[in-house]
Amino acid sequence: MTSIVPKEQSSESKKSLSTEEHEDFRMFGLVAFLIADGMTFAGFFAAYLTFKAVNPIGPDAIYELELPLPTLNTVLLLVSSFTFHRAGKFLEKNESKQCQKWLLITGSLGLAFLISQMFEYFTLPFGLTDNLFASTFYALTGFHGLHVTLGSIMIMIIWWQTRVPSGRVNNENKFPFEAVELYWHFVDGIWVVLFIILYLL
Amino acid sequence: MTISLKPNNSPSEKLQPTGWLKYLSFSLDHKVIGLQYLICGFLFYLVGGSLAGAIRVELISPLSDFMPREVYNQVLTLHGTIMIFLWIVPVVNGAFGNYLIPFYVGARDMAFPRLNAVAFWLIPPSGLMLITSYFINGAAQSGWTAYPPLSITTPAAGQIIWILSVLLLGGSSIFGGINFIATILKLRRPGLKLMQLPMYCWAMLGTSILVVLSTPVLAGTLILLSFDIVAHTGFFNPSLGGNVIVYQHLFWFYSHPAVYIMVLPAFGLVSEILPIHSRKPLFGYTTMVFSIMGIVVLGLVVWAHHMFTSGTPPWMRLFFTIATAFIAVPTGIKFFNWVATLWGGKISLNAAMLFSCGFIINFVLGGITGVALAQVPFDVHVHDTYFVVAHFHYIVYGGSVFVIFSSIYHWFPKFTGKMLNENLGRFHFIITFIGFNLCFAPQHWLGLNGMPRRVAEYDPQFQLINQISSVGALLMAISTLPFLWNIFQSILYGDDAGNNPWDALTPEWLTSSPPPVENWEGEAPLVLEPYGYGEKDSNNTQEEMK
Ligand code: HEM
Ligand SMILES: [Cu+2]
Repeated sequence: MTSIVPKEQSSESKKSLSTEEHEDFRMFGLVAFLIADGMTFAGFFAAYLTFKAVNPIGPDAIYELELPLPTLNTVLLLVSSFTFHRAGKFLEKNESKQCQKWLLITGSLGLAFLISQMFEYFTLPFGLTDNLFASTFYALTGFHGLHVTLGSIMIMIIWWQTRVPSGRVNNENKFPFEAVELYWHFVDGIWVVLFIILYLL
Repeated sequence: MTISLKPNNSPSEKLQPTGWLKYLSFSLDHKVIGLQYLICGFLFYLVGGSLAGAIRVELISPLSDFMPREVYNQVLTLHGTIMIFLWIVPVVNGAFGNYLIPFYVGARDMAFPRLNAVAFWLIPPSGLMLITSYFINGAAQSGWTAYPPLSITTPAAGQIIWILSVLLLGGSSIFGGINFIATILKLRRPGLKLMQLPMYCWAMLGTSILVVLSTPVLAGTLILLSFDIVAHTGFFNPSLGGNVIVYQHLFWFYSHPAVYIMVLPAFGLVSEILPIHSRKPLFGYTTMVFSIMGIVVLGLVVWAHHMFTSGTPPWMRLFFTIATAFIAVPTGIKFFNWVATLWGGKISLNAAMLFSCGFIINFVLGGITGVALAQVPFDVHVHDTYFVVAHFHYIVYGGSVFVIFSSIYHWFPKFTGKMLNENLGRFHFIITFIGFNLCFAPQHWLGLNGMPRRVAEYDPQFQLINQISSVGALLMAISTLPFLWNIFQSILYGDDAGNNPWDALTPEWLTSSPPPVENWEGEAPLVLEPYGYGEKDSNNTQEEMK
């Protein structure tokens, strides 16, 4: 027969998962999800680069795209990653007023990014269906913009949830906060790659 | 770490309906969800099978007289899509994965029960949506691969519905994959090492890695394709400057791994079934694990062997030929391990065992034609002919579907507490095996002689072979009858199975049949050696394992 450990021997397994362990594997699931999400972007990037390499895809990025707005956008997102991090520090210290303040700043930066991207869309001399380059440009930035929109909404929810009296996110229940933070850093990282590939290459 | 109920794991178990009604409700119990996947998948299999029947009826005569060509294309597309995305993938992954993995890791449920239920409930609506597209303006016509420009230029409504439902099904399998990875890596009970897990866990881990890495790429591709259809962008439309080859690369980056998403879990299931019914330990556990991981890695880098005739440059052809040939190595290792497991065992030729052995035979034949197809000169000759159709049906039907039946015969006593009728099961196997080979073996000949795939009309010289093939298909259709009869008969009047009718050692058999909601009354047993049959004797406890 096999080695089946008698029931009495494994009494330690009676206690249930501690909160940290629980959060640990939820975080693990989130990372797996972000890898999947990253693969979607990878597919888009690969398509864009191949189009660029093998197709006469119309006007080139270098001649059509202005750099100031996207550079501003890059700065906005990088700063917002930092402010989110600050908010986390205050959450740990149980200073929820401060934490809320930094979250609000983060959310506003996300919003500013979206507005600035809208602005860029309106000033661009080409539309979605003009040529292959234009289509890929809007598909990539649009898909990323969708991520920023979702992220900003989640930041606002977190901000609401860290209120002192009845909020549900606090030092004891940090998972929602950390999950949104990880997602936000991920979206920022994708933007940096996107910025390099789309605007600089 | 431990395996007891987690804080928010099964929140409202008391509010859940009981009895058979629970299978129609949003249950969070992994066993219920597993069976939901199985039953739902089987219903779609009946639909997809009827469509296959329609295809074979059309091909009895060289003219397109049974249905118009557009309808033939729709039927073909629906058949392929349903069989892959609604039958094989959900069943070998979702159904058995959900039912077995928590038992195998010693947990009371999956890591994310709610996500799990959501993943399942995405399937019925998207499947129904796909089927109804046939009645609204006509279903998609461009095959399960949806190659542009055909998929852009045919009527849009059906194609868009097709894209939407494949996107939803892809989402469902990504959620499932994340859940399996987290459950296997993070929810193992204390003291259970990775290298002590039953083989199906390894197969599901490998499969889930493939799902998480490749399915999103398909999703992105289909989103771009839908833009081409709806917004008239030109990503894949050559007349607008787009590039169809990019679509093929992206599509096969998902769809080659997809064949492993269909067979790796089947490998795992067979590796559970063979040792039990031949009373021998699984031969070469470690090599099995490494060959699974080898298949995962290689599977990700061979996609372009589907594109040898798409104008790929010679260096690319060479690379993908070599990489493809390498996959034969880990696959071969698995084959020899199964044979060695059977070798000298006390084999009982029950239905589960017969279907597993049938799988091994069919899979070897399909694998050999696969290696042949990987050779560029040969592929150029038979590409898009019935040879390819024969090859992949040997893999997906002869491989995965045989394993699904084998697994149903094997685990039915656990699911229901009742035994199936073995004689009916053997009868089912015999007609399926004959029907299957009669249907698909002659298609190799058709392909070598140049009959193209995806056509409703063909050269009259192929008629006799096509008729033989159709007879085989008819036999396969008939073979579901004894199976269904057996299932209903056994649920109603079957003999009681007891907890462990096969004297198995894997953990799911060490609880009652059907298992209680929390999987075990009291403690979960810690099974360190799931295949400890034979010489190793009784008092083999944890001490000896170290
Ligand atoms: C593991 C399970 C497998 C499954 C489920 C599978 C399935 C398929 C499918 C569905 C196709 C048809 C693609 C199409 O519609 O054009 C195909 C084609 C092909 N398969 Fe497999 N296959 C498997 C294993 C293999 C193996 C082991 C090899 C080689 C060692 C292989 C080599 C090929 C090649 C080269 C083609 C391209 C044929 C062509 O399009 O001309 N396959 N396979
Ligand atoms: Cu392939």
